[in-house]
Amino acid sequence: MTSEIITGLYIFLLAGFVGFEVIRRVSPLLHTPLMSLTNALDAIAVVGAIVIAGEHRSTLSTVLGSLAVAASMSNVVGGFLITDRMLKMFKSSKTKKS
Amino acid sequence: MSSPLITEQIIQITYLVASVLFILSLKWLSSPATARRGVRAGELGMALAIGGTLLYHGIIDYRWVVIALVVGAIVGIPLGLVPMTAVPQRTALSHAFGAFSVTLVGAAEFYLRAPNISRFMMSVLSMEVILGSLTFTGSLMAAGKLQEFLPQRPITFKGQNIVNLSILAMAVGLAGYLVFHPEQTTLFPLLILLPLIFGVMMIVPIGGADMPTVISLLNSYAGLSAAAMGFALDSKLLIIAGALDGSSGFILSVIMSKAMNRSFTNVIFGAFGQVQTSAIAEHETRNVRTATAEEAAGILGAANSVVIVPGYGLAVAQAQHKVRELFEVLTRRGVTVKFGIHPVAGRMPGHMNVLLAEADIPYDKLLDMDAINPEFPETDVVLVIGANDVTNPAARNDQGSPIYGMPILDVDKARTVMVIKRGMSPGFAGIDNPLYYLDKTLMLFGDARGFVGDIVKELGSAGGHG
Repeated sequence: MTSEIITGLYIFLLAGFVGFEVIRRVSPLLHTPLMSLTNALDAIAVVGAIVIAGEHRSTLSTVLGSLAVAASMSNVVGGFLITDRMLKMFKSSKTKKS
Repeated sequence: MSSPLITEQIIQITYLVASVLFILSLKWLSSPATARRGVRAGELGMALAIGGTLLYHGIIDYRWVVIALVVGAIVGIPLGLVPMTAVPQRTALSHAFGAFSVTLVGAAEFYLRAPNISRFMMSVLSMEVILGSLTFTGSLMAAGKLQEFLPQRPITFKGQNIVNLSILAMAVGLAGYLVFHPEQTTLFPLLILLPLIFGVMMIVPIGGADMPTVISLLNSYAGLSAAAMGFALDSKLLIIAGALDGSSGFILSVIMSKAMNRSFTNVIFGAFGQVQTSAIAEHETRNVRTATAEEAAGILGAANSVVIVPGYGLAVAQAQHKVRELFEVLTRRGVTVKFGIHPVAGRMPGHMNVLLAEADIPYDKLLDMDAINPEFPETDVVLVIGANDVTNPAARNDQGSPIYGMPILDVDKARTVMVIKRGMSPGFAGIDNPLYYLDKTLMLFGDARGFVGDIVKELGSAGGHG
């Protein structure tokens, strides 16, 4: 257990640093799509919810898990959809003329 | 016998690949040219991870999982198709959904494990449900304010901060107790209820103009709660996704509060309430110069360089398409037109860029504050549409002003400034704007969409004659 915790903390810190360095470079132009994209990626929580709902260990856990699956899945679908819609609109004047 | 083991390995590999794809996804988002590839990478990673999870041998009943996935997808489609003007409230709503999911999983984990929960596990679960539930109600409140179901004005009362902090302290104290006494399962609902109340109370004093910071902060909380869930479920993928989201929200919050010259604590605990009285007191009737659409069109048409400064008022008036027409008619006449965008213009980070991109304005004409500020002294005409405080020179030179120190767009350095505004009422913070009384400033009173439309009409007909 202890080594799992330590590994988890390492991963958290390293991912935090990677996130910081990568996201710092995102142009202010794209801050809204950035937020909707990270929101969609964050909906990876659906993976944990699927396990809770599918293991069927108690009625309560199945109900809570299923609701969580639905809530996360709506973010997956809605988040990627709107991010792509937004990004499609960003055109530079060069591509427009050609 | 070896089959579950192999499946387990396949699942782990899909998670590993998904983690890499998620990081690449954000990396590619750094430039508009590669951004859509970033979305593809994210989608692929997500599909792999979900597909891998469905192989998990522990899943004995697929019925509810499949139903929930389908229902979620059906709910998600309209949320992905909202008009661009509704993006801030949609974003807040999706933070609420994410936090809701995390809180439910945390609760399910608690009841499955109780009463034998290690201290570490209980600490992580507490963090997950506290952050999750306060983000849930906080985001719902933010969405309500943005959609104007709820009043956008900050609501303050005496002792507000003490009340709010006590609620949060009670939740944290309760979490501390449960870490050592996880068998007290009857107390667990309180661990959700208290942060739910705190989430509401936290947003009550927040005004519309502070929304960019608050949405970013809630984004960060949603990420951190997902990372805590990753610790609870020992899922590396979830820890990574949560950390990425958490740092993204954190960076945006820092950028937003810097752009308002305020600290986090000031945004959360210092509603602008007290500001209004001091600023309006010295308000006197001074002369302003006004102009008609015809005069404005003449000035714009004669200029060499024009910078348009949009604010939330442009979004409210839905003037982005008329602004595009103005951009086109001026560009055709050989006028250089750029847009100067303040980081907190609008209701969420990047809000103005999305609206203007939707109206088909090329993104290389959209300049952020640091890029456009050096250009103002060489600019013939600045046209301010629906922005107020972000152009207020008092932030630069009036130490008594409540917004003193806030970085602004130096529009007053341009040769001529034109401001489209409904009336002389001050902005959200009730702060008077000395810009309006300058000799070089012309006030264009009217609705942003209508006024810009009239200017376009004038320019169009003048261009037709000559």
